[in-house]
Amino acid sequence: MQLSVAQGAGAVRVSPILQVRGLTKRFGPLEVLKGIDFAVAPQELVFVIGPSGSGKSTLLRCCNRLEDADSGSILLDGVELMDPKCDLNAMRRRIGMVFQSFNLYPHLTVLGNVTLAMRKVLGKSRREADEIGLAALDRVGLADKAAAYPAALSGGQQQRVAIARALCLNPKVMLFDEPTSALDPELVGSVLAVMRDLREAGMTMVVVSHEMRFAREAADRIVFMEAGCIVEEGPPEQIFSAPANARTRAFVAEIAR
Amino acid sequence: MTGFERFAESFFNPTLIGRYWPEIVSGMLITVEIALAVVATGIMLGFGLACVRSYRVLPLNAFIVVFVDVFRALPPLVLILILYFGLPNIGLNLSAFTVLWLVLSLVLAAFAEEILWAGILSVRKGQWDAARSTGLGFGQTLVSVILPQAVRLAIPPLTNRTIAITKNTALGSVIGVSEVIYQAQSAVSFSGNATPLMMAAIGYLLIFAPVVALGSFIERRFAWRRA
Repeated sequence: MQLSVAQGAGAVRVSPILQVRGLTKRFGPLEVLKGIDFAVAPQELVFVIGPSGSGKSTLLRCCNRLEDADSGSILLDGVELMDPKCDLNAMRRRIGMVFQSFNLYPHLTVLGNVTLAMRKVLGKSRREADEIGLAALDRVGLADKAAAYPAALSGGQQQRVAIARALCLNPKVMLFDEPTSALDPELVGSVLAVMRDLREAGMTMVVVSHEMRFAREAADRIVFMEAGCIVEEGPPEQIFSAPANARTRAFVAEIAR
Repeated sequence: MTGFERFAESFFNPTLIGRYWPEIVSGMLITVEIALAVVATGIMLGFGLACVRSYRVLPLNAFIVVFVDVFRALPPLVLILILYFGLPNIGLNLSAFTVLWLVLSLVLAAFAEEILWAGILSVRKGQWDAARSTGLGFGQTLVSVILPQAVRLAIPPLTNRTIAITKNTALGSVIGVSEVIYQAQSAVSFSGNATPLMMAAIGYLLIFAPVVALGSFIERRFAWRRA
């Protein structure tokens, strides 16, 4: 399938790096995802917005199968993740994920946090892993905290370490699940700055977030979800200024207040 | 004879201390031997069971739950008597030492499993998410991320439980294991004086006070805070 990155005239058509088709998921009687179709082009920054309970986080968690979807297809770089024979651990290395609650390992130092997967999964030596880990920490501005334990860091710093931890594995796509929701307002900026740098470096990103100003300024495309469906998607100007759908309009008006 | 002299005569008789200390010390060594064996096998088996349980294979977990509940519910003395006096009837002769070691190991394993399992469950689910999302497998996540945190949570209750169960080595006196209480009791029946029991009590203090200290040292050693 082809997909247009820039809308309107002169649209560039490239094959998506992540493509979700007909994804469904229920928790007991609750239908959380009702057949989601969704694609992300290389280097695209897609923002997923919507009211709580709309299935945004579940969609994200299905993309690396932390949550198992009931049916549908998830293609990452041409590999079907829903295939039972798929080597999930190998695929997950190529999908970085950042969580609302950071989820750093409290018993390891900052450097230990970012190097664990490189050493256990990629089999890198401690020295090589440390080198890559320090470079990643430097990228998020925290190389000086390498020896600290997570509990000694602010929330913003912890989240930047979590981003570095994902970056170390050189992922094709980064998934952000409400990365700033657990942060004090004055710490949000530092995390968004790192995400902005990643975007400029060409990282493909899918972001579930309520940071609408950041969405408006940095996103290539906004996906609006409600009740397990994608209601509308388009460039930020369209979604925020001239939404086609009445429900999108209501949601945008609500969060703008 | 004053009250104090009578007290000292009954509990701290120097002649009897001089006569019986070699027996008491040899009993203490046996107690330490069984205690170490019980701690090693009991905790290893308990941790092994908790790890197996985290894979959530239904029949295995049912077995573990039944094992744990039975061995936590039954008084160790009952198990010791059943094994020591019952097994020979089916042609299985275990030494008193083996029976004591086996029963206490299984009881400690049952408690250690429950304690570590509780520790594993109380590590937040986000830790699993984070580790699995970086490509770590289930076993790798368990070993590198979950267990270090679970063990730290488990150490205070595990220390208590380990001390409580290893003190049950005294039950060996019932089936003739020549540990410290057995030695003290036979000394009491020869001498008609409680001094050897007092010596045994002091012996227990000497054995277990360092264990308590070790427990709080380990707690402090792993004292990183939860993020």
